[in-house]
Amino acid sequence: MQRMLRARLRQGHRTFEVPPGPGSLPDIFRGRPELAPQLCEQGCSACAVACPTGAIGTQPLTLDLGKCLFCTACTDACPSGAIRFRPDQRLAASAREDLVLRGKEQSSARALDEKTRRLFGRSLKLRSVAAGDCSGCAAELVALGNVVFDLGRFGIQFVASPRHADGLVITGPVTRNMQKALLDAWEATPSPRLVIAVGACAISGGPFAGAEASLGGVPREMKVDLYVPGCPPHPLTLIDGLLRLLGRMEEVGGS
Amino acid sequence: MTHWMDRLGLPGLDTLDLDGLPVARMRNGGCLALDEVPRLSPADFHAACVEARARGARLSAMFVLPGDERERTVAAVLAHDATSQLGVVAMVLGGARSYPSLTAEIPQAHPFERELFERYGLRPEGHPWLKPLRRNLALEDAPPARAPRREAFADFHRTAGDGVHEVAVGPVHAGVIEPGHFRFQCRGERVMHLEIRLGYQHRGAEALLRDAAPVRRLAVAESIAGDTAIGHSLAHCALREALAGVEPPLEAQRLRGVGLELERIANHVGDLGALCGDIGFLPGSAWFGRMRGDFLNMLMLISGNRFGRGLVKPGGVRFAVPETLAGFILPLLNRLEDELSEVSEIVFDSPSVLGRFEDAGVLDRVAAEDLGIVGPAARASGCDRDVRRDHPAGIHRFALVPVAMVEAGDVMSRALVRWLEVQRSLQFVREQLRMRHSQGASALACDVPPPPPSSVAVAMVEGWRGEIVHASVTDADGRVAGYSVVDPSVHNWFGLAFAMRDNPISDFPLCNKSFNLSYAGHDL
Repeated sequence: MQRMLRARLRQGHRTFEVPPGPGSLPDIFRGRPELAPQLCEQGCSACAVACPTGAIGTQPLTLDLGKCLFCTACTDACPSGAIRFRPDQRLAASAREDLVLRGKEQSSARALDEKTRRLFGRSLKLRSVAAGDCSGCAAELVALGNVVFDLGRFGIQFVASPRHADGLVITGPVTRNMQKALLDAWEATPSPRLVIAVGACAISGGPFAGAEASLGGVPREMKVDLYVPGCPPHPLTLIDGLLRLLGRMEEVGGS
Repeated sequence: MTHWMDRLGLPGLDTLDLDGLPVARMRNGGCLALDEVPRLSPADFHAACVEARARGARLSAMFVLPGDERERTVAAVLAHDATSQLGVVAMVLGGARSYPSLTAEIPQAHPFERELFERYGLRPEGHPWLKPLRRNLALEDAPPARAPRREAFADFHRTAGDGVHEVAVGPVHAGVIEPGHFRFQCRGERVMHLEIRLGYQHRGAEALLRDAAPVRRLAVAESIAGDTAIGHSLAHCALREALAGVEPPLEAQRLRGVGLELERIANHVGDLGALCGDIGFLPGSAWFGRMRGDFLNMLMLISGNRFGRGLVKPGGVRFAVPETLAGFILPLLNRLEDELSEVSEIVFDSPSVLGRFEDAGVLDRVAAEDLGIVGPAARASGCDRDVRRDHPAGIHRFALVPVAMVEAGDVMSRALVRWLEVQRSLQFVREQLRMRHSQGASALACDVPPPPPSSVAVAMVEGWRGEIVHASVTDADGRVAGYSVVDPSVHNWFGLAFAMRDNPISDFPLCNKSFNLSYAGHDL
C-alpha cells in the first residue's frame, strides 16, 4: 500500500490542458494544413498525382480533409511549398463541404441547435461502432478515457449499449460485413441521436475508398452531425470537435 | 523441460533441416524465380509439407499463385526457424477443385485451407471443420459455382446435455473494440468450447495491395492493423525491396528498428494496463495507460504521427532522428523505464493481480506448437521463436534483441513476457539512438527499381503480436499479380479459443486481452 501511494505521488497529475497551450504539440505533428495557392506553378499537379487518396484538386488548389491521410506525400512532391501541415489539432467540421480547404480560413464545427444542446450539452453518452476500422481510430477513442485526455471531465462518456447512447461514433470505411450490424446499432439508439464520423475511412473510405468489400464510409441514410478528419485523429482533435459540437469551446477558453 | 518433439520420440530440432526436401529455399527478404519453385502433385505436396513440419518447419503462409482461374496452383511458405530458411513449394491442382487437407496432420494449416475454400472454392478433403474464414458477402453474391456453401456460414459447433447452454456475443461489443462474434458452449460457468467468427472487418486490403497505385499501397499497408502500422508497412516495404533486390542504407534500417521496437513497447505497455483494467486493478491501468501514450508521443516526435505512420517508405525511412532529438528522447526513455519498473513491481507483486493472472487461460506448449502460435503468446507457452532472431533482416542482423521466454502459458506468462520484452526493446532503442550515423538524405533511403518478372518474394517481420508475413508474386511483365498478407492474429485466434477451454466464462475478457489479437489484421 505504501509503495502504491509513493508511486501515485511520483506519477503526479498528468491530465492534458484543453485546449492545449501554444507549443504543447510538437512542430512535426501533422495537423491542419495551410494552403498557399498563389505559390502554385501554372499547370503543376505534382501534389494531386502523389496523393494516395485523391484528396487534392488543382487549379485552384483544394485539399479535402475528409480524404486526407496526413501522410505528406503532397508536401514531399510540391516544388513550391504551397501545402504545409501545421501542428494545429483543430480539424473537425459539421458539414462535409466544410472539410474541403480552399486556401482561406476553414469553417470549424458548428454547435448543435439550442434544444439539442440543452439535452446533450453537459452529459453526452456515445456508443462506438468500429466498422472496418484498422483499430487506429479505435485506439485514439480508447485513449480519450485515459488519465491524460480524460474525456469524462466534460461529461462525455462511452457506454456499452446503443440503447444507452445519445449517439454513435463510427470508425472505419463500413465494410459490407458490418453494414447490417451498424444499421442495427443505429436503429437501437433512441432519438434524438447524433452520428459522429471519425477518421478518413468513416468520412470517405480513406485508403479503402472504392474497395469492393466496403461502402466507402458512413452510409448516406445516416446524417452525420460531426466529421473528425485524421488517420487517425489525435485525441485532442476529437476533444476539440466534440466540445465545438456541444458549443462548449468558449467555456474552456478555446478559439 | 523436454521439447515436444522429444516426447514424440523424434530427434531434436537442431539436428534437422530442409535438406533433400522438394522445396525451394530462400531467406527472409529473399526473392525466387517462379521456375525454381517445385510444382508437385497434391499427394507429393502433402507429403513434403508433413515431412517439413516433422523437421520443425512452420506453415507461415499459403496462397494461390496468380494465373489461369480454371487451373489453380497453391503455394506454401514453410519457415524453418533453426536454419533461418524459408521453404517454398507449390501444389498443382490443374482442373481439380479439391485436394487432401493438411489440417488433420498440420493443425496450423486450418485457417489457410479455409481461406482457399472461401476465396477460390478449393475444398480440402478431410478438413475437420470446414467453413469460410471471413464470411465474404461479396462472394455470397457470386454464382453458385464460385461461391462456397451458403449454409456453412451459420454452422457453429453445438454441445447438448444437462446444464449445457450457449452464449453468443458480438459483433458489436460492450467496449470500444473491433467487431467479432464469439459463440461459447458452456456447462454452468465453465466454457467447454469457444468458436470465433470473424470477417466483419474485411475491407479487401490484399486486392488493393496488388492493384492500387504504389503510394496508395503503402497507405493500405499502414492500415492493415492500425496498432501495427510500422510492422506492416515495414513488411510491405521490405517486400518491395526484396523484389527489386535492393537494401536500404544502414541508417534507415536503424531507424526502422527503433520505430518497430517503440511500437512494440507502446503496445505491450498498453496491454499491461488493459490487463490491469480487466481485473479492476486501477493503479496499474491508469499508469501503464498513461505511459503507453508517452511512447506513442515519442513516435510522434520522430514521425509526426502517434502510430508511426509515414516513418517507413520503400527504400528506407522518411524522417531522420537528429542528435538533438535523440538527446531529448534518451533521458525520457530512462525516466520511463524507472517508472515502468516501479509500476511493474507493484503489479506483479500484488496478490489480487496474481490471483487472477495465474492459471487463467492456459495454452500448453504442445497445443501452441500444433496451432503454430507466434509472437509473445507463443513465447509465453514456452515456444522459443522470434523472427528477429530466427529470420533476421534489417538492423536485427547486427543488433540482437534477446528472446524473452516464459513456460506456463497462462495470462500471467503472457503479461510477464510483455514486460520482459519491453525491457529488452528499451535497451535496443537506447543503443541504437546512442550511435552516431550520417543523417543526409542519401542515408535515409535508396531507390527501389521495378520488380523482376515471374518472381516470388517473402518478407517477415516480428511485429509486436508476432510474425507478420507479406508475400508477392509478379507476372511475366513484372507487375504485382498476387499479394498475400498473414497477420500474426491469423495463427493466434485459435490459440485464444483453445486457452478458454475449461475456464470460467467470466475470465474471457481477461484471456482475450492477454492475447490482444487484431480483428482487422485477420480480416484484411
